[in-house]
Amino acid sequence: MLCKRIIPCLDVKDGIVVKGTNFIDLKEAGSAIELAERYYNEGADELVFLDITATLENRKTLIELVEEVSKVIRIPFTVGGGISNIEDIEKLLNTGADKVSLNSSIVKNPNLISSASKSFGSQAIVAAVDSKTTGSLHKVFIKGGTEETELETISWCKKVEELGAGEILLTSMNKDGTKSGYDIELLRYLSSELTIPIIASGGAGKKAHFLEAFTKANVDACLAAGLFHYKELDISDLKNYLYQNKINVRL
Amino acid sequence: MIALIDFGAGNLKSVANALNDFRAEYIITNKSDEINSADKIIFPGVGEAASAMNKLTDKNIAEVIKSTSKPLLGICLGMQLLATFSEERNTKCLDIIQSVVKQFDKSKVKVPHMGWNKAEFYNRAKLFTDVESGEYFYFANSYYLPITEYTIASTNYDVFFSAAINKNNFYGVQFHPEKSGKAGLQILRNFIELC
Repeated sequence: MLCKRIIPCLDVKDGIVVKGTNFIDLKEAGSAIELAERYYNEGADELVFLDITATLENRKTLIELVEEVSKVIRIPFTVGGGISNIEDIEKLLNTGADKVSLNSSIVKNPNLISSASKSFGSQAIVAAVDSKTTGSLHKVFIKGGTEETELETISWCKKVEELGAGEILLTSMNKDGTKSGYDIELLRYLSSELTIPIIASGGAGKKAHFLEAFTKANVDACLAAGLFHYKELDISDLKNYLYQNKINVRL
Repeated sequence: MIALIDFGAGNLKSVANALNDFRAEYIITNKSDEINSADKIIFPGVGEAASAMNKLTDKNIAEVIKSTSKPLLGICLGMQLLATFSEERNTKCLDIIQSVVKQFDKSKVKVPHMGWNKAEFYNRAKLFTDVESGEYFYFANSYYLPITEYTIASTNYDVFFSAAINKNNFYGVQFHPEKSGKAGLQILRNFIELC
């Protein structure tokens, strides 16, 4: 049986891992390579690197980072942040990344999903969706959560699935950095509506939150950042806890 | 010397990095003579079957693979292309393993089959030396090679499918050994040192 996955996320700025709360207020958490190595040894199933500066000047730094990371870890990793065309994707995959995460660029140009998944396989294309809920309305945000779009979260997720994305990384902006638990309701609904794997993101604060996302929302993977960076939670402890609670994880 | 086949549809860097871990000598190549003169061949592949087969045919690598007597390891799509046919865009493949690659049933399981799953070994093939049956490996596939007479390990995802195969000098793994931690590295190492 396929295992549920635990994925540490490293928000990277100039090679340094940073972590904010509700998408702002950045705090340094250490070298990306060192953290990647630590997580690999602690039993992380995958890693995600998001380049939060994502400017043209930093593109070279990101490629260098991917190259260094692929030398030290032997588990899959995803890279995201400012990726806007096939050439960028090709370069990152050829440098050693297994998947790319696309966010703002696919809102502007949804066909990028279909052309990228045709060229590299849907398994390499992760659609990252930043969602903010106001009342009962879920809206998609882009540009690191700074710009609201016209898109409704659930219909957008269905669209990216149709276009050929291999996974959805759903971040709840309301929950991000709050440590109050994942957005179970939204994730559960999405999980029942989609046929591609879903990665839950935003809100993890304790072990029980991961368990809840797997059992109540039926997500395929849980992503967290600060919780792991600052050693509030050890990945192997978390996986042991999940295993004891009958979740199929790789120990 | 190992030939790592570069036909424009593989995560070569990761396989190369893994080979560096145990100082294996390799060349990354798409030239028939270089592939033919290597001691062993690794045939990695990701992406979609039809365009991969086109590239293999264009670069005259398809014939080289079919006729080689050297140990060859197909990885992921590289293993699937060893089959006769793939239902992925109805693609005629290399016909080394007489079987048809099928798609997972989306109405029953999430597709792609993405993440860590167990491989149960059918025997103690050399490829599995020092690796336990039931070990976890990393998979990322929407299509699968069914169980055949050449299956040496199986994985369950709605159906049981071939996680590894062996026919004469041809080996294949559906998972990514280069991305499957220590167990995956051991499999690669076994191929290089023992097969």
